[in-house]
Amino acid sequence: MTAEFVQPDLMPALPEMVMLAMTCLVLLVDLFLPQEKRGFTLLLSVATLALVIAAVIAVAPVGAVSSFGGSFVLDQLAVVLKIATCAVTILVFVYSRDYLADNDIYKGEYYVLGLFATLGMMVMISAHSFLLVYLGLELLSLSLYAMIAFNRNSLSASESAMKYFVLGAMASGLLLYGISIFYGITGTLDLNQVGISISAQFAQHPVALGFALTFIVVGLSFKLGAVPFHMWLPDIYQGSPTSVTLFIGTAPKIAGFAMAIRLLVDGLGDLQVDWSQMLLALAIASMAIGNIIAIAQTNFKRMLAYSTISHVGFILLGILSATANGYASAMFYTITYAITASVAFGVLLVLNRKGFEAENISDLSGLNDSNPWYAALLAIAMFSMAGVPPTVGFYAKLSVLQAVVQIEMIWLAVAAVLFSVIGLFYYLRVIKVMYFDQPLPEQTTTIKEALDVKLLLSANSLSLILLGMFPSTLMAYCILSFS
Amino acid sequence: MYADWPLLSLAIWTPILGGILVLFAGDREPSGARKIALVVSIVTFLLTLPLYTQFNTETHLMQFVERQPWIAAFNIEYYLGIDGISMPLILLTSFTTVIVIISAWEVIQYRASQYMAAFPMLIPMFLVIGVWGGANRIYATLKFFLYTFIGSVLMLVALIYMYTQSGSFAIFDFHHLQLSLSEQVLIFLAFLVAFAVKVPMWPVHTWLPDAHVEAPTGGSVILAAIMLKIGGYGFLRFSLPITPDASAELDWLIITMSLTAVVYIGFVALVQRDMKKLIAYSSIAHMGFVTLGFFIVFRIVNSGYGEQGAALALEGGMVQMVSHGFISGALFLCVGVMYDRMHSRQIGDYGGVANTMPVFAAFMVFFAMANAGLPGTSGFVGEFMVILASFKASFWIAFLAALTLILGAAYTLWMVKRVIYGEVANDNVAALTDINKREFLFLAILALAVLALGLWPDPLVEVMHPTIDNLLNHIANPKI
Repeated sequence: MTAEFVQPDLMPALPEMVMLAMTCLVLLVDLFLPQEKRGFTLLLSVATLALVIAAVIAVAPVGAVSSFGGSFVLDQLAVVLKIATCAVTILVFVYSRDYLADNDIYKGEYYVLGLFATLGMMVMISAHSFLLVYLGLELLSLSLYAMIAFNRNSLSASESAMKYFVLGAMASGLLLYGISIFYGITGTLDLNQVGISISAQFAQHPVALGFALTFIVVGLSFKLGAVPFHMWLPDIYQGSPTSVTLFIGTAPKIAGFAMAIRLLVDGLGDLQVDWSQMLLALAIASMAIGNIIAIAQTNFKRMLAYSTISHVGFILLGILSATANGYASAMFYTITYAITASVAFGVLLVLNRKGFEAENISDLSGLNDSNPWYAALLAIAMFSMAGVPPTVGFYAKLSVLQAVVQIEMIWLAVAAVLFSVIGLFYYLRVIKVMYFDQPLPEQTTTIKEALDVKLLLSANSLSLILLGMFPSTLMAYCILSFS
Repeated sequence: MYADWPLLSLAIWTPILGGILVLFAGDREPSGARKIALVVSIVTFLLTLPLYTQFNTETHLMQFVERQPWIAAFNIEYYLGIDGISMPLILLTSFTTVIVIISAWEVIQYRASQYMAAFPMLIPMFLVIGVWGGANRIYATLKFFLYTFIGSVLMLVALIYMYTQSGSFAIFDFHHLQLSLSEQVLIFLAFLVAFAVKVPMWPVHTWLPDAHVEAPTGGSVILAAIMLKIGGYGFLRFSLPITPDASAELDWLIITMSLTAVVYIGFVALVQRDMKKLIAYSSIAHMGFVTLGFFIVFRIVNSGYGEQGAALALEGGMVQMVSHGFISGALFLCVGVMYDRMHSRQIGDYGGVANTMPVFAAFMVFFAMANAGLPGTSGFVGEFMVILASFKASFWIAFLAALTLILGAAYTLWMVKRVIYGEVANDNVAALTDINKREFLFLAILALAVLALGLWPDPLVEVMHPTIDNLLNHIANPKI
């Protein structure tokens, strides 16, 4: 019997195809640009992302559409997350420009790699088979390894790239191992099919399924940075060029969330009881370790790394409650966290100048005296991360907690809020340093300001308050994604 | 004419928008900024006046209600309304804000913007203390913020739990929510942590003296007159009606904490050398009366005096809250007046101030008398009502509470004796100049308020009467 070749419906994948074509174009055009015209590459990259967002909106279906034999799916979840990913990446590209120029790494490859990474994330978001999830993840990871090592003169960046590569490869290996066991049991890579046959196989292969699930969860935790698989995160955040830290700390979180939903909920929903237990342990450990260790940090990037870990714990809380409400609140949390983190790293990027790498918390001292506006923007981001109303961080925490209380795990909600009180301390310390401490001598020179960066950063930060006061629209999209 | 105006929204958003405006007028033009601040605060005060004049004293229902859907996903509404409990506190808030801005007229030359942007909330309080405070200010602000945050988040979990039970975040839906005793106890404890920190009750009061000492005068007044009231209001609005059975079950806990505050903290106040600390401790003792009045009601009802006697206790607590706002605010302003001239708050640095500042001394002595509970001042009314009500519950509770009449007089008047009376202590005191017109203005307004409330408290008591009766009816019916 010969399999008949069926032309797959290409329309759902239109945004990805646009992205790929445009990225190749950027790569080519950049070759012929002299260094002083590098701004055109940036412009073209941002235009690419804007075009992709437009394409996503254009092809957005009413329900869910799948293509390529069911391995690619475009649903509400994918639409919202893809738009969020591209929008955050635009912010990253714009914020990075001056930092790259100051460090003599203002090259087109940065944008090309960033675009490829974004393509990888988009594939992850839409992937509905083990194989495609893995392909997207690797496209993302390989681009990130190169981006981290991008500054060839920086020893710490090379070290970070090596670390990330070794650990990332190991995590991918674990994930693949889990996938291969599932393939062995179910005989399919398609997540729908896997979901259907698992319930049938459950009685026969309980141990193998448990093993496979464990490997998948461990691989996921590595990529998300949940304790105890978090060790790479602080080192990579600190060692990478800040522009790359900004990228790693924002958009890939959204893709990671999508991967967790696709694998655990869509594919392995029948094993929910088991993975909820695992995620519970991971979430508590992440919130505890992340928040407590962050207190001891003096490096701002490292502190934010531990803060990320604690936020991942919160996102896991939403996923483990395994209700549509919980998934929606975790999704809301992830998107708003990415927006918040881009403010925090964005302000840090702006503070960098030629020959001065701002990365310690003490580098922020007296920021209110030298640059009150940027201090206020960063303060909003810190309050949002701490979950203080009226910022969006409060509402995100509220919705996750609500999902947790709804499944009658009140003790877990209490533990989560107590850990966020611990978290509040180090966010407040940043504000204290900015507002109450004396400025360092280096800090007295004013920041070189680019108007577009300032406008975008301001809008980004103020959106945290706006979203906090009017979260309904975004929340409605999140709820729609899981209904 | 303003019957149809959304008065509550206006009263809430005017200061916020004004704050933003001042923020942008900013540091460049401090004198302009403070003028905007004054205008905004007076407009806000005028906006809240009709809330009193148009208030319907016949009903316990919410008035001036505004209701709009806000966050559909969680059925959260923009739902405002006031009743007899909240209306006096709103007036107190808007009134105090005007006083504070007049009093801080000179101080806010520096960094005027953040000062004003500051008013509406908790974050702001953090900045107010932090930016203008004294040497130890950062410790004080962090302590204050962390203390209040931990209370708030536990309360948040309780609220979310009740939301999942009732499907709404409206307070009145919580009031009618059936809860088992164990649920009620847990919710009650979560509320207790949140509100006890804000009141503050012994033993979680330690942030208050620190915060006061480090805060500028205006910050202290806001703390005393507004922030502390949030806790008391919370007990009335949340703890009592939502968890009546747990409140009845655990009233001994609150009564013990309140009496400890009244007696023990009274002794602590006696030994203070810093005037602001002394007033801060006196605040804690006076707020002990508020919580005592709120939670003694169960014992009064059980002793057979019915709801009439219990209403006396609740209303006494409310009057005490408002009166404490005036009196301790005024005392902090008095200390501020002296501090502006001498740059010291130590009692030991003063002596014989009456010789050089006679007008000021008259005001200070008057407010001190009010703080000690002199009949004819507002300080007397609230305390007397609570003590009277306590007698119906238990002689010993009333006895301990009444000790405040001795202790309060002792620490307040002893401070006044050392600061105001006697020979001129040193050259600095001899060089003092009496208060100017601006200082006279705000002290006189407060003195009038204290007298008015002391001689004729009826207008205040009347507005809250229906609400308090309704509350007592509500908590008399067990939920389980």
